[in-house]
Amino acid sequence: MADLFFGDDVADDIEIAAVATAIGAPTAVVHETERLVYGGTHRRHDHRHLLLPALHGLQNAKGWISPGGLNHVCEVLQVPPAEAYGVATFYEMFRLDEPEHRADVTHVAHVCVDAACQIAANEELIAELEANGEHVHRSPCLGQCERAPAQFRQGIGGPDSVPADTVEVARQIPQQGDPSLRLLRNVGVVDPTSLDAYRANGGYQALAKAIEMGPAEVCTAVADSGLSGRGGAAFPTGVKWRAVAAEQGRPKHVVANCDESEPGTFKDRIVMEHDPFAVIESLTLAGLATGAENGWIYIRGEYPLATARLENAVIQAREAGLLGADAAESGHRFDIEIRRGAGAYICGEETALFASLEGFRGEPRSKPPFPTTHGLFREPTAINNPETLINTLDIVLHGAEDYRSRGTERSPGTKLLCVSGRVSEPGLYEVEFGTTLGQVLDLAGPLTGSGTLAAVLMGGAAGSFVGPDALDMPLTLEDTRERGTTLGSGVVMAFTDEIDMTDVLVRIAEFFKNESCGQCVPCRVGTVRQHETMVQFQTKGSLSPQRRSLVDDIAEVMVDASICGLGHTAASAINSAMDLGLLSKSNGEGPQFREGS
Amino acid sequence: MTVTEVSVNLTINGQAVSVPEGTSIHKACESAGIETPTLCWAENLTPVNVCRVCVVEVEGSRALVPSCARAAEDEMVVQTDSPRVRHSRKMVLEFLGSSVDLSQATELAEWMRHYGADPDRYDQPDLVAERISEEPKIQDDLYIRDYDKCVLCYKCVEACGDDAQHTYAIAVSGRGFGARISTEFDTVLPDSACVYCGNCIGVCPTGAIQFKTEFDMRAAGEWRPDEQDVTTTVCSFCGVGCNLELHTQDDRIVKVTSPADHSVTHGHLCIKGRFGWQYVQPPTRK
Ligand SMILES: Cc1cc2nc3c(=O)[nH]c(=O)nc-3n(C[C@H](O)[C@H](O)[C@H](O)COP(=O)(O)O)c2cc1C
Ligand code: SF4
Ligand code: SF4
Ligand code: SF4
Ligand code: FES
Ligand code: FES
Repeated sequence: MADLFFGDDVADDIEIAAVATAIGAPTAVVHETERLVYGGTHRRHDHRHLLLPALHGLQNAKGWISPGGLNHVCEVLQVPPAEAYGVATFYEMFRLDEPEHRADVTHVAHVCVDAACQIAANEELIAELEANGEHVHRSPCLGQCERAPAQFRQGIGGPDSVPADTVEVARQIPQQGDPSLRLLRNVGVVDPTSLDAYRANGGYQALAKAIEMGPAEVCTAVADSGLSGRGGAAFPTGVKWRAVAAEQGRPKHVVANCDESEPGTFKDRIVMEHDPFAVIESLTLAGLATGAENGWIYIRGEYPLATARLENAVIQAREAGLLGADAAESGHRFDIEIRRGAGAYICGEETALFASLEGFRGEPRSKPPFPTTHGLFREPTAINNPETLINTLDIVLHGAEDYRSRGTERSPGTKLLCVSGRVSEPGLYEVEFGTTLGQVLDLAGPLTGSGTLAAVLMGGAAGSFVGPDALDMPLTLEDTRERGTTLGSGVVMAFTDEIDMTDVLVRIAEFFKNESCGQCVPCRVGTVRQHETMVQFQTKGSLSPQRRSLVDDIAEVMVDASICGLGHTAASAINSAMDLGLLSKSNGEGPQFREGS
Repeated sequence: MTVTEVSVNLTINGQAVSVPEGTSIHKACESAGIETPTLCWAENLTPVNVCRVCVVEVEGSRALVPSCARAAEDEMVVQTDSPRVRHSRKMVLEFLGSSVDLSQATELAEWMRHYGADPDRYDQPDLVAERISEEPKIQDDLYIRDYDKCVLCYKCVEACGDDAQHTYAIAVSGRGFGARISTEFDTVLPDSACVYCGNCIGVCPTGAIQFKTEFDMRAAGEWRPDEQDVTTTVCSFCGVGCNLELHTQDDRIVKVTSPADHSVTHGHLCIKGRFGWQYVQPPTRK
């Protein structure tokens, strides 16, 4: 056995059984004659990638991860306990101290405290739940912003659940049935639990065609279509796929980034819940196009229904031979594994996602090297957002030219928009690029309450606020960039002048402070100082000149010197709100909020 | 067999510099006589590039680049003293100074003066900037851990793990400002995997981990580095031949280090070399 040191604490039968269920019995015994530790910076993936599933097993069994339980997992996987503890304490969904719950507690209620829920009386929901004796955990955005205030129940000794999952699809996708829908055409129409139903509605025709075309031609079609990434960074998908396809001689991976945690974003959830086979088919297509044999889905831990639907879809696809040794009779091996995150916004950042999946702390890595050469397990990897992936089905089936007939020259195709806030029909909308912000808000119905439109948050907490003067802005990559904002992950959140924006901005600052991985100094400390600044504004109604002089200094170092996009964007929404004077309205502070502005 | 070295040519602050391929920007700067502050980088450890105090401006790169970890490339144009670089270095130092106790991080003090870092400007009468506040962990007679002083440079974790000791007794736990170096469940060291090699002490740049002797002497006001002598010797416990540097004050050994560039130790020792001079028993372990 490797010479790891374990303390005296041992697991009980419940914990041992939970771990065995989570990671399977065959791997539960490791015999090693020489030193073999899956620790440190070495990305040994033989066992360590099972750490997160094992920790989920322990957490679910007892409602916390006990020292004995952790020791057991470490022994089974040969992971040093200090490192496993470091991993477990990284995630929101794991508890490392024994809760004072009564024995009969079946779940903890996570209630969202981010913007869309903040302005939808989430505090009333929390008070109500607590009055009922529930244990409430204040959570960042739960990806259900269209049905705010959002709640997720983390099970103890039973499954996780979302009370709102019974809401009918039409309320989540107000355009349902519209024949012009492309990405959402199956949603609410095709039974998401049946491969047969999916195939009967045209499913798996794109994959069949892609196999006929061959990898090079598929990559060409995707490149020619002008498709760009929908996860926020808008990187050209064709360029990414070709780079991975060109890598030879090492195992390769395609990953669907289903961590969706950007506040205000819920599009991937709806797609996964109601069209899971499209995600599986397009990931398979990506695998064949890039020559990767390994497909991975990393899905956020708070999405139980989407997880179940995807799991079911993978099983059915495997049974039908669409995954496996000769996937869809392509002559190539391709299979998919699903992994659940455990509550960490940063794990949506691609390199942090790899680290998390490998069983390490979700800390981003410096780029370069890029994922296309050093991705998952430091092997060539194409990682895409599920919305990006499902676009490729249309591109392969109908060709790049047809795809480009929608949208604009530089932003071809359609875009999913997560519309929430003070609109009467919040939900997921699909529009052509180039549709104006005003048109999108019109689709979502009249504003609610008695106020008038004060601001729209574009692209989530990592995005920025625009004022009512931006209603004529065409929603394209180029126009949003030109106006100093972003489409990001497709968030369109409407705020009226009845809302105290200070509270919203304090919470955005708190979000970044809580979600910073803590690795680099600019973001670890900068997000704390930024939050302090906002709290001072909230409590005093204005900023002292001394703090005011710090606002730009703090933002600048986060943008310039942080490792990853979280730090780079942490000041963006707040600074845009200051520039728009959103804070002055409720507090009488003049527009000279920042020095020099 | 001779190996022909491929060299790369870059420009640093307008000066043409040529270095072997694979050389970091930081080393390239050094070869051009330009000093760069570093905190999380060390000669004998894998770069983690987390502190960002070494950032430089590279033409064509939107964000600043950590010079300690990024390799120099042909035709790179690097600025090490632009307003953006100076601002970020100053802010990183200020951020650290405003959140942890840097009183024993002597190298940083110099750089803080250089960049005009003023950690006090975050505190005001009605707003006290949040600091890391931890009690020193004194759990044995050999060394203490005072995470009040920790800048989270990851050096101790690397020295305890892959880069030297392969014991993995400590790791980073928690997240964000709450991240801390910790054993599992914060177990006391004598009950942890720690084998008291002291390598973490050797690499810690801030005094967050230090010999108990030094800690006690500092507390008593008796720590006087100016009066200390360093004697180099070879450890006599076994045949490996580790170089020891014995630091003595008033003819008493007060701590033991090993040079980072020594071919045998790379600065790392074991419990015998590090603590064998103390006539105390190592803590008992089960
Ligand atoms: C802090 C942070 C969080 C992110 N979260 C997500 C996410 O939840 N989903 C996603 O697809 N991309 C996310 N991204 C972007 C990914 O790093 C990556 O660019 C994306 O998955 C690539 O896929 P695409 O090209 O299809 O957009 C995030 C980036 C950052 C910096
Ligand atoms: S910018 Fe923030 S989230 Fe990203 S690596 Fe640095 S500390 Fe972590
Ligand atoms: S003394 Fe050695 S074993 Fe103990 S924590 Fe430090 S580096 Fe690790
Ligand atoms: S204890 Fe010292 S070596 Fe370890 S991370 Fe903190 S400052 Fe760095
Ligand atoms: S679920 Fe509350 S803001 Fe998204
Ligand atoms: S020394 Fe380069 S990032 Fe720390």
